[in-house]
Amino acid sequence: MNLRREIIDGPGLMVAVLAAALLAVFASPVAAQETLVFTAIPDQDETKLRERFDRVAEYLEAELDRDVRYVPVKSYSAAVSAFRNNQVQLAWFGGLSGVRAREAVPGSRALAQGEEDARFRTYFIAHHSTGLEPADELPAGIEGLTFTFGSKGSTSGRLMPEFHIRQRFDAPPNEVFRRVGFSGNHTRTIALVESGTYQVGALNYKVWEAQKEAGKIDTDAVKVIYRTPPYADYQWTVRGDVDERFGDGFTERVQQALLDMDDPELLASFPRKGFIPADNDDYETIRETARQLDLIGR
Amino acid sequence: MIRAPAVRTSLGFVAVALFFLPFADLEISAVEPWTELGRLLLGLLTPDPTVLDSVAMALVRTVAFAFVGVALGAAGGFVLALGFRHWPVRTGCAFVRAIHELFWALIFLQCFGLHPLTGVLAIAIPYAGVFAKVYSEILDEADPQPERTLPAGTGVLARFLFARVPDAWPHIASYTAYRLECGLRSSAVLGFVGMPTLGFHLESAFSQGLYSEVGMLLLTFYVLVATLRLWARPRLLPFYLLAAPFLLGSGLPIVWGNVSRFFTQDIVPAPLQDGEGWAAFAMWLGDILASEALPGVIATVILTQIALVVTGALALAAFPLVSRHFTGRISRTVGHGILVVARTTPEYLLAYILLQLWGPSMLPAVIALAIHNAGIIGHLIGRRSNEIQLRSDAPAGVERYGYEILPRVYGPFLALLFYRWEIIMRETAILGILGITTLGFYVDSAMEAIRFDVAFILILVTAVLNIGVDALARWLRRRLQLRTTPGAQS
Repeated sequence: MNLRREIIDGPGLMVAVLAAALLAVFASPVAAQETLVFTAIPDQDETKLRERFDRVAEYLEAELDRDVRYVPVKSYSAAVSAFRNNQVQLAWFGGLSGVRAREAVPGSRALAQGEEDARFRTYFIAHHSTGLEPADELPAGIEGLTFTFGSKGSTSGRLMPEFHIRQRFDAPPNEVFRRVGFSGNHTRTIALVESGTYQVGALNYKVWEAQKEAGKIDTDAVKVIYRTPPYADYQWTVRGDVDERFGDGFTERVQQALLDMDDPELLASFPRKGFIPADNDDYETIRETARQLDLIGR
Repeated sequence: MIRAPAVRTSLGFVAVALFFLPFADLEISAVEPWTELGRLLLGLLTPDPTVLDSVAMALVRTVAFAFVGVALGAAGGFVLALGFRHWPVRTGCAFVRAIHELFWALIFLQCFGLHPLTGVLAIAIPYAGVFAKVYSEILDEADPQPERTLPAGTGVLARFLFARVPDAWPHIASYTAYRLECGLRSSAVLGFVGMPTLGFHLESAFSQGLYSEVGMLLLTFYVLVATLRLWARPRLLPFYLLAAPFLLGSGLPIVWGNVSRFFTQDIVPAPLQDGEGWAAFAMWLGDILASEALPGVIATVILTQIALVVTGALALAAFPLVSRHFTGRISRTVGHGILVVARTTPEYLLAYILLQLWGPSMLPAVIALAIHNAGIIGHLIGRRSNEIQLRSDAPAGVERYGYEILPRVYGPFLALLFYRWEIIMRETAILGILGITTLGFYVDSAMEAIRFDVAFILILVTAVLNIGVDALARWLRRRLQLRTTPGAQS
């Protein structure tokens, strides 16, 4: 026990650490005020996000002639919080997280969406043991099964599937299904339904397509049973006060820089073919749906 | 024997858990887990060493956050322990430790954002609450004799520093050292919400199914924890402690306006903020309590009570792995390895693996919580059992276990289990993947929807529940005359 008896010298050391900690925490280098910081919701190949988005930051830096920094976050809500707290000024949001962010920061604007985002979809997928077949509406046979959403804050993995479930069955998901889980992200939704852990799941169609193309899905075990009608999803959103902070016309310059992005390697970070202009009204349907499901507003 | 209070209490807990069983959905559904589990196992067995480069910094940060958080918590706890006799201090401490580190982090993320202060405070504050309680218990148990010999008129501070502290110091240091390991775990887990620690990379790799990276990260973490005593040498500690604050990284600058906004707007109930009056507030509150808090409390209590009993059973089965009365040197090392893995693997990962095996129900949650907590209790009881000296003609094997060791460690075992009770309850928060709607699930949902007022109410309910459990545990410990502090018995 001798070792641990000596482990801390005495209260004096605690005081020294306290002082050092306060010093370090408050004297930590403050990023220059003019740096534009952006983030992205972590819904894609997260481990590669860092390097990829660092390159996007370099691109924006060159286009905007400003210091630009990418900051990774762990969740949809962390992205929204950072935006709301003005720790990031620009963000690549999903439909729902973008609506939440713009509600929280009056004056903020959707600037651009991916070409695919104007007509985004959710896929419902099912384990082969359910015997469910692809259909033009949600099959009645999914009632009473187990079901997983993706992340709680996802548009394609939560908002839209819940909307369609309620539309079809006129009941909330936890009454339609025997059990409702939240897998946390799209990739894991596939894994959980593939193994039959959950019998049915709903996810971002682009993630499904990409994983399928990469041969990572056992298509004998899991298949798509329903494709939702299209809706607007991902978009770049900027805070309303950036012109004040970075100079007049900054918002337009950011928008132009995003629209001009044509390097396939950069676009692969999202992954999108290219960006087209977007505005807040494009997401009005998403906003109303979220309000209807009581997922936004206080 | 059945009449012994400790045994009766234990059976009481088992009875409560059995009573809850019918309400707990423990169904096992037929699944085909082996493709994904095979991938996972293969990944864990083929750790990818290339991640180490990029993860070295995260390793440093994990240690740095743990050191700073635990040191601040210990300093704060020490000061608070002095005033622990006063009920406001006691209640305040019970309140801050009733809230899971992850929720503290989520709260501070709103105030300070992705700044190191968020992570440091998320560890320091709940730890201060725990330290205050344990330190005050240690100080109370210190030998009162030296104090009586002091001449009348000795100042309060001198009396305390020279008569109380010296006797209690070894226990305080021992307990603080034990908490450092907990601090490493907390620090790593804070990565799940965005702090730059190991959990950050672990969660990323795990969510993408990059299991070889998961394997390497877990292995790194196991080694870090298992070798704690080798690298955290007493003589190096001052150096670590002074360096740690400078190794936290810079994060993003704090916007101070957010702090005041958090307190004056974010957590103020919506109806009051919109000036709709108290009647509207009562409706709002009633709705939250009925539709979220109540079901949340029920699920949380059922899960906790069952997990608690399974934890106890598992811990009693596990401690011989690291007890010198049952194992040789080599098998004990293996035993230590098993327990390090059990207590260091985040419950969330365990739950995911078990979810794959058994399908969604409360069962994976119960077992994941039990494995994790039994790893901790088993470790501490095993260590404790090593201090027991047996007669040379003591029986071996099962008889030694049943007649010699178990009766001697059962008291401390119960004390530890009661101590983990509120901790298990807090940990039920992070199992949303299983679709178990514990209080933590609703808190997380409210945070996600930027309804901090709702989250705040639910956190208050969580805290009250935890305080209640803590009070019950304390009452039981006193009734059973158990020494209370887990680190201070030795």
